Amino acid sequence: MKAIETRGLTKFYGKARGIEGLDLSVEEGEIYGFIGPNGAGKSTTIRTLLGLIKKTGGEARVLGMDIEKDREKILREVGYLPSEASFYGGMRVREVLEFSAKLRKKDCREEAGRLAERLGLDMGRKVNELSLGNRKKVGIAAAFQHRPRLYILDEPTGGLDPLMQREFFTLLKERSAEGATVFLSSHVLSEIGRHCSGAGILREGRLIRQESVDRLTATGVKRVTLHGAAALPETEGMRDIKQSGQAASFLYSGGTKELIRVLAGLDFDDVTITDPDIEDVVMHYYTGEAK
Amino acid sequence: MTLFLHELRRDRVKLIVWTAAIASMLLISIIIYPQMTAQMNEMGDMFAEMGAFSEAFNMDKVSFGEFSGYFAVECGNVLGLGGAFFAALMGISALAKEERERTAEFLLTHPVSRSRVVAEKLAAVLFEVLVLNLAVAAASVIGALAIGQDFDAKLFFTVLLGYLIMQAEIACIMFGLSAFLSGNGIGIALGAAFVLYFMNILANLTDEAEFLRYVTPFSYADGTSIAASGRIEVKYLIPGLAFALIGAAAAFIKYNKKDIRA
Repeated sequence: MKAIETRGLTKFYGKARGIEGLDLSVEEGEIYGFIGPNGAGKSTTIRTLLGLIKKTGGEARVLGMDIEKDREKILREVGYLPSEASFYGGMRVREVLEFSAKLRKKDCREEAGRLAERLGLDMGRKVNELSLGNRKKVGIAAAFQHRPRLYILDEPTGGLDPLMQREFFTLLKERSAEGATVFLSSHVLSEIGRHCSGAGILREGRLIRQESVDRLTATGVKRVTLHGAAALPETEGMRDIKQSGQAASFLYSGGTKELIRVLAGLDFDDVTITDPDIEDVVMHYYTGEAK
Repeated sequence: MTLFLHELRRDRVKLIVWTAAIASMLLISIIIYPQMTAQMNEMGDMFAEMGAFSEAFNMDKVSFGEFSGYFAVECGNVLGLGGAFFAALMGISALAKEERERTAEFLLTHPVSRSRVVAEKLAAVLFEVLVLNLAVAAASVIGALAIGQDFDAKLFFTVLLGYLIMQAEIACIMFGLSAFLSGNGIGIALGAAFVLYFMNILANLTDEAEFLRYVTPFSYADGTSIAASGRIEVKYLIPGLAFALIGAAAAFIKYNKKDIRA
């Protein structure tokens, strides 16, 4: 069974495009990265899957259940972390988490306490007095305390400091190891590259590529970095040229022999040739070079 | 039940302030009655001579010299208008505040159906209206006993019941309206309560505006009319209950289809 499966999922806000013809496929148990620039439709997709907004076309199943008919059943199994979490003003952290648990008809006090301790969250504070990062922690605790089967996380690390980000991903990996599925939207590409097994790239409301992160980066393109080079080579298939201090780098999509031949004619101190990282790949799609 | 209790908790300060304000004003009106009775007969004559003004507020129908008449007029001023404002405000904000305060996303990603959210919120609003009216009724009884005034209990409670039903109707209508809003509807709520109040005054003034009595709940909840006839006018009550039902039904239908703003 797929954790998330959509066929031609479409959402228009009146005439304005939200998402169009989305065919998502997320395996159960995987950590899936959902990548796209602002306004590409990441949140629209998530909000449609959760039933906050109604689809205008296509079909979608979450954990094998229909997003419209089985909305409450789905929500019982899902932990959702919005990109900007808002809570009821005047409530304390503990009260927010207890309210959330009560709406789920579950007693999550023990797990809530554990999460608060790991995240360094003060349960006695009022939520409207919290900083952005601490509010995010409340959101994480609310999404994790009932141990859902599917985690839907919309830009989860915004506002968290690097240490807390690491703790968050440790937590996420633990839940994943226990068999939970994670659907993570982000525009921090290194995050996706490091933690996700599968990924989908969204652009202007359409899913332009969906693949395992390994295959996404195995494109036949190489990133070439030259140190102490007097001049850059002149050949076909070079792009995304970056210059920083002594180092110059570019993406190369021609033949390897041709590359070696060209490099041989140059004067430089050192060279590294690597697979492009996910950032290179995605930038390539964002900027519209790939068709 | 969780959401119902959550709503009561969130609204408790508003409920306490409005209840205290309305109950204390009505209580004061009752307590000063003995001092006023001395001048009452003159005042009664004066109101009788004021023609249209007295008609507008139905003060020509009741005797100010009698406590029940006085109570009906004061109740109309204080509980009628104050209660209508309270009911309209609570009704219009119950659903809309979730989107305004951006908590709708939190609430609606829990395994709770939209219908349940609507039902528990509506129940909370109606319960709050009931609490306010019970407190006001208690204050009125205490006031009447304190000044040692005999009062016609049946008439007394019929007047209060009329105002309770009126507030429940306004709350339901505003609640239905709020399902269509995502912003702040306070202006609409206060405006609507005021317009309904004026419709009744207009209907009192001229026969040509008689039909407005079928529109506004202030017609069947008019304390002075009830004091005069001893009962709530059913032909005005029935359309009122129908409006309340339409309002509540609209909330369920619309909120189930609604796209929740980010």
